[in-house]
Amino acid sequence: MSAKVVLDVQHVKKSYTVRGNVVEAVGDLDFTVRQGEFLCIVGPSGAGKTTLLRCIAGLLAPTAGSVLFEGSPVTEPPPGMAVVFQEYGRSLFPWMTVFENAQLPLKEKALPPAERRRLVTEALEAVGLADAMTSYPWQLSGGMQQRAAIARAVAYEPHVLIMDEPFAAVDAQTRADLEDLVRRLWERLGVTVLFVTHDIDEAVYLGQRVLVLSQSPTSILDEVMIDLPHERDQLGTRSLPRFVELRSRVYSLIQDAKKGLTTPSGEEQVS
Amino acid sequence: MSPQPGTLTLDRRRSSRSNPLASPRMRPFLGFATFLILLETLPRIGIVNPAYFPPFSQILAALAQQVLIVEFWIALGQTLMGWALGLTIAVVGGVVLGLVLGANRWLRDFTHSTIEFLRPIPSVALIPLVVLLFGTSMQSTLVLVVYASIWPIIVQVLYGVQDVDLVARDTARSYRLSWWRQIASVIWPSALPFAMTGFRLAAAIALILEITGELIIGSPGIGQRIAVSQSSGAVANMYALVAVTGVLGVAMNILARRLSRASMHWHSSIRRDEVSR
Amino acid sequence: MRSVSRRVFMAIALPALIFVLWWIVSADSTSFFWPPLQTILGVFPETWFEGRFAVDVLPSLVRLLIGFAAAAAFGIALGLAVGTSKALRDYSEPVLEFMRAIPPPVLIPIIMLFAGIGDTMKIIVIAFGSFWPILLNTVEGVRSIDEVLRDTARTYRIGRGRRFVHLVLRGASPQIMVGARQGLSVAVILMVISEMFAASNGIGFTIVRFQRGFALPEMWTGIILLGSIGVALSIGLQVVERRTLRWYHGLRQSEKAR
Repeated sequence: MSAKVVLDVQHVKKSYTVRGNVVEAVGDLDFTVRQGEFLCIVGPSGAGKTTLLRCIAGLLAPTAGSVLFEGSPVTEPPPGMAVVFQEYGRSLFPWMTVFENAQLPLKEKALPPAERRRLVTEALEAVGLADAMTSYPWQLSGGMQQRAAIARAVAYEPHVLIMDEPFAAVDAQTRADLEDLVRRLWERLGVTVLFVTHDIDEAVYLGQRVLVLSQSPTSILDEVMIDLPHERDQLGTRSLPRFVELRSRVYSLIQDAKKGLTTPSGEEQVS
Repeated sequence: MSPQPGTLTLDRRRSSRSNPLASPRMRPFLGFATFLILLETLPRIGIVNPAYFPPFSQILAALAQQVLIVEFWIALGQTLMGWALGLTIAVVGGVVLGLVLGANRWLRDFTHSTIEFLRPIPSVALIPLVVLLFGTSMQSTLVLVVYASIWPIIVQVLYGVQDVDLVARDTARSYRLSWWRQIASVIWPSALPFAMTGFRLAAAIALILEITGELIIGSPGIGQRIAVSQSSGAVANMYALVAVTGVLGVAMNILARRLSRASMHWHSSIRRDEVSR
Repeated sequence: MRSVSRRVFMAIALPALIFVLWWIVSADSTSFFWPPLQTILGVFPETWFEGRFAVDVLPSLVRLLIGFAAAAAFGIALGLAVGTSKALRDYSEPVLEFMRAIPPPVLIPIIMLFAGIGDTMKIIVIAFGSFWPILLNTVEGVRSIDEVLRDTARTYRIGRGRRFVHLVLRGASPQIMVGARQGLSVAVILMVISEMFAASNGIGFTIVRFQRGFALPEMWTGIILLGSIGVALSIGLQVVERRTLRWYHGLRQSEKAR
């Protein structure tokens, strides 16, 4: 796998001053993401996952270090990047239909109307919302709203798709469907996916590689390569012995992180 | 989740460290100071006719003089009393009516159209009537104040009662709590934040109507002194008294906000701010 | 079908009842202050809908509309500017809080100094008074736009123009409507009072003339007219609101259902 590096996070550090105290949300994060990869990031709560994502997405300026997207430093939200937030209900414009919501970023890209319509229609069909194009977000269920947000991101034809705990606020059954949806879209579109979650099973199920973060000040605790078969399904893959091993490895790393370790304890070594 | 201060760049922090005047916390003072400076200089250099708008220092001097006169304090007391009395009547009446009408679905529907009809009627339309009935006494203005400020309270309490958690109500009923206890323990606490919003609105409206009544009808109070200043050409005096009403309004806003926050500190963590009607 | 007729019944039952009671109770009234409803209504048409309509009613309404429109235009424009700029907000907050706390009617003697007692004065009074609730509610509306929505617009690099129309304006519109409602009721109050205080024509002026001339039934018709105008304007605004904020009402309904 010698695909080019599409995202380069170089020793990013982020600290805030809250009422006179300096809080170091992110200590030192340094990793790269290759084109076409599906990378998952997990960590204990409050580990600065969202802060990291905001730095990568150009919403927040790091205190030190830099983020390079396709070779250029990120100082503001770069083109070619789409973000799907956890709070789907609040990221869709309530005064626009699903179709209009998905279309808005494309208007900004100055695409001709016919092209816009094609991209949006295909994206909505791909996520299973072909019948809900003229509905307003508040008329849809939570799962459908998140699909709309994903469709909007897909229609945008981004190079990198960033997802910030997108399924945390969704019920378990819907989450399973959405996980498979994201995986399918990734295979079809060949887009690079950066997926942040607190759900260990989800990270192992979806990713090709899992980064485990330490607690604040956040750094990378360890990296776990997921060598599961490419074809994944909820029932089969999750009962594979290898899945259980990888899952346990990530779990024990998280436990290490909670204890405040910055290097893995090596208790559950799986080669 | 870690705190999100947004894209606070390093530059702003750096500049505020070297020049304390540029820090964001100084801005309100700077803004207000600029305002006062404009008030002082514009009349003096003639952009604004000083006969119509005296420089700020003259207004301040007039205010200083007023503060030394007993009549000023009496008038202030009369304004505050009229306002407080009217507001109290409106609150008591409004809460009772709101609770009674709100608790019963049928009553609520029955009175809805009437309330929606009476609400937008400007209470100042009653001015000629109350002048005939009560002359220039305090009662005239009192009628205006009560009529105008009772509506926000009724409406807000109605919202509050309607908003009561159905589960809580059913629980209370299944325990066969008496009607009175249901109101006290379930309905009222739930309606309280709405009542506080209504109270804040009513307090502001009550002050406006109180001053209006004094100004137009001539009931005793600050408003009446403003009218006298205007007709006798004491311009600086007039502005000084207008400023006093502004200060009254600001003080009352702050008080009402403190009061509502204090009575609801256990509630505000649960409820979001309602868009007030 | 049953619920529609029930709703209609509920809507007119109490008002009709009150009307009938008022009619009956005042029918034989010889009281000076409370003439029979029949008399009041009888006098209504000739009092307002003949000559006076053009001379008093229309000018009042025109002044009201011009003043309110000016207040809305400036209030929304300024409110959008102040709402989007944190610096502007910080600087202007204490001054704005002070100005909004001044009871609007108090401005009448002030503005009279500058503008006399003509139409201009009244329009300025109406505009100045109803400006504040519109301004402050617009600022609040812009500020209260959801953070996540803002971030979404940023990540998709939505340009300033589109962001303004699709995010800021529409996001703030529910709160702007609240400001418009408050501003309208202030405008009506100021319209009436400016005419009662110092005027040569207008609804308020005419009602005071009736009052001073002890023409009680006519005075009552004036009160009813003012009430009707207040109600009509309120309904008009509600219609506008229902059209432009359909998404908002839908959103609130679905939130309540959850």
